[in-house]
Amino acid sequence: MDFTDEQITRYSRHILLPEVGGKGQKKIAKSRILIVGAGGLGSPAALYLAAAGVGTIGIIDSDVVDLSNLQRQVIHHTRDLARSKVLSAKEKIQALNPDVTVVMHEDRLTSRNALELIRGYDLVLDGADNFPTKFLCNDACYFADKPLVHGAILRFEGRVTTIIPGKSACYRCVFKNPPPPGLVASCQEAGVLGVLAGIIGTIQATEALKLVLGVGRPLTDRLLDFDARRTAFREIKTKKNPNCPLCGEHPTITELFDHEPETCAAKS
Amino acid sequence: MIKVRIPTPLRPLTRGQGEVEANGASVAEVIADLDSMHPGLKQRLYDERGELRRFVNIYVNEEDIRFLKGKETALKEGDEMSIVPAIAGGR
Repeated sequence: MDFTDEQITRYSRHILLPEVGGKGQKKIAKSRILIVGAGGLGSPAALYLAAAGVGTIGIIDSDVVDLSNLQRQVIHHTRDLARSKVLSAKEKIQALNPDVTVVMHEDRLTSRNALELIRGYDLVLDGADNFPTKFLCNDACYFADKPLVHGAILRFEGRVTTIIPGKSACYRCVFKNPPPPGLVASCQEAGVLGVLAGIIGTIQATEALKLVLGVGRPLTDRLLDFDARRTAFREIKTKKNPNCPLCGEHPTITELFDHEPETCAAKS
Repeated sequence: MIKVRIPTPLRPLTRGQGEVEANGASVAEVIADLDSMHPGLKQRLYDERGELRRFVNIYVNEEDIRFLKGKETALKEGDEMSIVPAIAGGR
């Protein structure tokens, strides 16, 4: 695969980086990334990954654009109200960079479709808004042996961690189970500072590109926590847990399953 | 005094404070002291059997207490304790 003159110009600021170069840009062009959720985290991640020239971006979401989404889900515009999020995202990505192939999955991620879907990609970026899907992403990536870049936001706080299955701490090594419904508030009930989605989503995109390029040190075995009120980042050390029900020494989770949906994550 | 970092979801119990101070020689003692100042905190952290809830992690000086001595992990003056529950949200 050779780049056209136009592509060389488009990606010149990447190609200039010794860590990327033409070779790295080709890796990006050949990469396939699945984004779970075309929402707050998925929007900025998809836009930057598209701008970066990721060859194939898959997006899974079953929702339509709601007015209350536009405060943070920057890939969707006012004229997209009531339209499919996946379609809206695809249009923006293609307008930004026609080099990108967008695969639309107008669906919810479930234990039935997760493995097959994830196997078609090199890595997964979790932009889901609820615990059942976050745990499912974690489990499915473990079984499919695909790296996962996890992100979460709530009020003024955001988190990111990168998981390399079998090698670094997984989400269940840290949090074994989702909280029971109602005990931990969701965005919808508790609110979220919109721009936090941009900060966390773009860190996730950074992690995804680093993994594609094989550059630097991934955010593995570390949970990065950002507090927007103090503008403070903090790293929480995590460790592969020998008692992890998924990737520990005596796993009790041997196949995918769906956690009960949270009442508080009900569709708006 | 032990400095305790309170996560966003629990801040309504600490009148919005993200950092509070408490006394105690172990994690369990600090939690008991916190609960006396901020009633309801203990119930959010412990299950019916008095064990830490499975989606809540506690770190002492950024080290997970599960890899130390759990609730009985000893604390000394100047230690920092962080309460880190799982958060979802993303859309």
